[in-house]
Amino acid sequence: MATRIHPLLGAFAILVFFFLLAPLVIIVGAALSDTTFLTFPPQGLTLRWFANIFQIEAFRRTAITSLQVAILGTGLSLLIGIPAAYALNRYRVELPRWLSTLFVLPILVPEIVFGFALLKSITIGLGLPVFISLVVGHALLILPYSVRVVGASLASFDFSIEEAARSLGCPPLKTFMTVVLPNIRAGVIAAFILAFITSINDVSVSVFLTGPGISTLPIQILAHMEQFFDPTIASVSVLLMLVTVGVMAIVEATLGLTFLTK
Amino acid sequence: MNKFARWSLTLPATIAVVLLLVIPVVLTIATTFGEAGGPFSTYAAFFKSGFRMAVLYRTLQIALITTGISLVVGFITAYVIAQMPGRLKSIMIVAAVFPLLTGVVVRSFAWLIILGKNGIINNVLMSVGLISEPLSMLYTQGSVIVAMVYLFVPLMILTLVGVLEGIPRDLIEAATSLGARPIPTFLQVILPLAAPGLIVGAVLVFTGSFTSYATPQLLGGEKQMMMGTFLYQRAMVTFDWVGASTIAAIMVVITIGVVLIMSRMARRLNPMAV
Repeated sequence: MATRIHPLLGAFAILVFFFLLAPLVIIVGAALSDTTFLTFPPQGLTLRWFANIFQIEAFRRTAITSLQVAILGTGLSLLIGIPAAYALNRYRVELPRWLSTLFVLPILVPEIVFGFALLKSITIGLGLPVFISLVVGHALLILPYSVRVVGASLASFDFSIEEAARSLGCPPLKTFMTVVLPNIRAGVIAAFILAFITSINDVSVSVFLTGPGISTLPIQILAHMEQFFDPTIASVSVLLMLVTVGVMAIVEATLGLTFLTK
Repeated sequence: MNKFARWSLTLPATIAVVLLLVIPVVLTIATTFGEAGGPFSTYAAFFKSGFRMAVLYRTLQIALITTGISLVVGFITAYVIAQMPGRLKSIMIVAAVFPLLTGVVVRSFAWLIILGKNGIINNVLMSVGLISEPLSMLYTQGSVIVAMVYLFVPLMILTLVGVLEGIPRDLIEAATSLGARPIPTFLQVILPLAAPGLIVGAVLVFTGSFTSYATPQLLGGEKQMMMGTFLYQRAMVTFDWVGASTIAAIMVVITIGVVLIMSRMARRLNPMAV
C-alpha cells in the first residue's frame, strides 16, 4: 500500500517521533551534567557520573547478576524451546492444539502475578536459592519468544531437505544440527536477542525474586532512585541504552531491522 | 520416529510451563478460596472495600485511556510509515524500535526528569514567566498515562506497520479510481482491513498497561496505586498474601478474559479470513 500522505499526517508523525526520542536524548544530557541533581539541558559537561557507577558496588554486582541471569535464562529457554518449536512444526497434525497455547501462557499470565506465584511456590515453598529462581523465572518468561520466533522460521523450512538427509543415512541429531539448524539461524538469533533484552530489562518478575544480596540491575536502579536523585541514574540508563544500541547493531548486521515488523 | 519421540521433544518445555507457571499460579489462586469466612469471602471483601475498588477502577481507567490514545497515535504514525519509500521507512522503524528495546525503568525515569518539580517543563514555564511556583505534575493520573502512552506507542506502531503494509495497493487504487473520496476510502477500505491488527495492538497495550508495575510505581507513587503496585505492596510490604493472591486472581481473570473476547472478535472481523 502506498499513496500520498496529507501534510498534516506527516507533521503529526514527526511530532510522534519527537515524543518518542526526546526523552532518551534528555537522559543522555542529564547523565553528562556537572551538577549533583538531575537537570536538562546539562550545566557543564562531565563524565564523572559514569565513573561513579563503577564506584558503587551495588551497581557492579547487580549488573553482573543481570548478565548471568539473562545469559543462563535465554540459553535455558532456547534449549527447551527449540525442540518444542521443531516438534510443533514438524508434527503439526499429530500434536494437540493446546500445546502451542501452553507455550504462550507466560505472555498471557500477567508478569507481576507470575513473579508473585513463583516467589510463593519456588523460592519460599521449595526453598530454592534466589539466583536459581531468577534464572528459572526468566527462562520461562521468555520461553514464548523461543517457541514462537524459532517456530516462525521453521514454518518456512522445507522439511523434505531433512528427509533427504535422513534417508541417506544421517542420524537424527546430526541431521538437526547440520541441516535444520543452519536453515533456521535467523529465527534463533532473533529469539535470542528478544529474549535477552526482555530478561535484562525485566522488573515485574525480578522484583519478587530478589533476596538479600542478590538483585538485578533494573531493581537496583529502582532502589537507588528512592534514595538519591542524582545523575548516576541517568548514566546507568545511558549504559543500558548502549546495550540496546549494540543489540540493534547485531540485528541489523544479521537479519536487517525490518524483520521486527514481520 | 515413533509417537513417544515426537512428544518427548515438547516434553521439557511442557513440564517447565506446567510445573513453574500453571501449578504456582493455580495454587496462588486456590489459596483465596480457603479462607475461614467461606470460599468467596476475600472477593466479597475486595468488592466491598471502597479503597480496593478505587484501585481497580483507576487501573481500568488508565489502561483504557492509554489504549485509546495509543491506538490513534500508533495508527496515524504507522500509516505514515507504511507510505514511506524504503530507506526512510527503515529509519523510521529503527526510531520506533529503539525505545521499545530500552527498558521500562529507563523510559519511565525519563519522565521523572521531564515532569518533576525541578523538571524540564517546570523550568521552561518558570523561565518564561508563565508560572511562579513549580507545578506538581508527578504522582497524578496524567503523569502515569503520559509515561504509559510513551511505553506502548512503539509497540502499537510496529504491530500496525506490518498490517498496513499487507493491505494490497490495488484495493486502494480501485476504490480511488471508482471515485471514492479519501475519507470514505479510509473508513470503508483501510479501516476494516486493519481492524484485526488494531485489535491485536489494543489487546497488547491494554493488558500491558493494566498489569504494569514499574511505571505506576515511579510516576504514580502511593497516590495513583494501580493493581500491579497494589499486589506488590500487599505481598511484600504488609505481607497480606491472601489479599495479594486475591488481587492476582482478579488480574488473571480480567487479562485472560480480554484476550479471549478480543481474539474471537478479531477472527470474526477479519474480512480476509476464509
